Amino acid sequence: MNPRRIYAVVLRQIFLYRRSFTRVLDVFYWPTVDLLLWGFITLYLERESQGINPYASFFLGGLILWNILLRAQQGISVSFLEDIWARNLINLFVSPLKVSEYLAGLLCISIIKVSLAFLVMAGIAGACFGFAIFKMGLWLLFFVLNLCAMGWAIGLVTMACILCFGQEAEILAWALSFLFLPVSAVFYPVEVLPHFLQKIAAFVPAAYVFEGMRAVILKQELSISLLEKAFLLNACYLALGLAIFYRVYKVSLARGSIPKIGE
Amino acid sequence: MEHILEVKDLSKNFNSFWALKNISFTLCPGEILGIVGPNGAGKTTLINCLLGLITPSSGKIIYFGLELWQNRSKVLAKVNFASNYVGLPLSLNLYENLLVYAHLYGVSQAKEKIAYLLKLFGLYEIRQKPTRHLSSGQMTRLTLAKALLNDPSILLLDEPTAGLDPEIAEHTRKLLRDLSKKQQTAIIITSHNLPEIERFADRILMLKKGQIKAIGTKEELLAKFKSKNLEELYFKAVL
Repeated sequence: MNPRRIYAVVLRQIFLYRRSFTRVLDVFYWPTVDLLLWGFITLYLERESQGINPYASFFLGGLILWNILLRAQQGISVSFLEDIWARNLINLFVSPLKVSEYLAGLLCISIIKVSLAFLVMAGIAGACFGFAIFKMGLWLLFFVLNLCAMGWAIGLVTMACILCFGQEAEILAWALSFLFLPVSAVFYPVEVLPHFLQKIAAFVPAAYVFEGMRAVILKQELSISLLEKAFLLNACYLALGLAIFYRVYKVSLARGSIPKIGE
Repeated sequence: MEHILEVKDLSKNFNSFWALKNISFTLCPGEILGIVGPNGAGKTTLINCLLGLITPSSGKIIYFGLELWQNRSKVLAKVNFASNYVGLPLSLNLYENLLVYAHLYGVSQAKEKIAYLLKLFGLYEIRQKPTRHLSSGQMTRLTLAKALLNDPSILLLDEPTAGLDPEIAEHTRKLLRDLSKKQQTAIIITSHNLPEIERFADRILMLKKGQIKAIGTKEELLAKFKSKNLEELYFKAVL
């Protein structure tokens, strides 16, 4: 992989964001609105339950971590869409840029977007609601890594769908992650789900992360097996996501559909 | 002379429709090959195959002695492309767009090279302008500047002067011809503008329904088809 070409992919997005107030706003606006909304709801719930349950920690922790997954996924799939909207994909694909370098560039952009959104949300949660997410310590790093990995796996599948079906599939860039929200146990434990959904949740890495998060908040401890399962599933899904994307890319080359994307 | 591009028996089939069939030709350094043909003749499919955007059903594309699909990145570093139908990101300014592509093509002394190309195409004064505010002529010149960033050995141009006023179109043709002769840059150009191809290309390739109907210098083709000019030849060979 050539670092300069990866840098070029990142630089293109940095230039894009530097010139677009609405895109910058998008990085901060929704996380801030979400956080304030849920923050006040949890304040109300805590007051009603007279502080018995740490709702603020559960909800705000869940919300911040869920946003990591969401931003990681959108970080790659929306950046890919930006190149389609700009009709820039052809210029990129006829340059020496390798697909692996393009994906690496998108991952870097995703990490930047995740970091910005995370810092803003963590800052607001601490300043307005007294929730210190960094108290989770080293566990937080493992949670973030797993959620990013799951977000990237979903992002790769989203990109494959866009390559395969064209811009009609672009809605998936915003919607696909939400398909996993009910079974990710972000705001409630897996045990409240109906039995068949619990079985599905067993295959969702995020469910183990959020169960882990609640265990850390309540007991300051965590069963390593939860993280092991999450890492294992994510490794499988990332490999699967990459395989699907490369397969669809090859099929698109054979079908001659890449020059037509965005028309 | 040594060939820098060899296309051997290139065919492309889309669901039993032959977009290209047994296309073979070669290209020498500094040579300009004009591709003409009616809509649907396979010009764009051929260019897309040469750029690695479409995998051929059979046949080989060999640049600089290297098979394209096995040496894609290495080959494409020495090739470039400009089309009037493929833009550059509109939110970025001219300088930013060229800087991104300078990094992609590994251009050394990128800032100096970009400044030189912007001046060459009369765009230097508006280098900080967002690309969305360019006229179509300015956009065409910007895509040409992008195409020359890496001093390509082979330049593929799809209707490069469409949208340019006659004066700038002539200036651009002269510039490309000078480039071809001085730097030995080979050029493959598609155009519907027959007089342009007639004056600009060293050899002409005529396509019809995915097959080569004629290839050669203007003089060779005129003699072969007993025609007075390229227009008459075009009607005899292609239509």
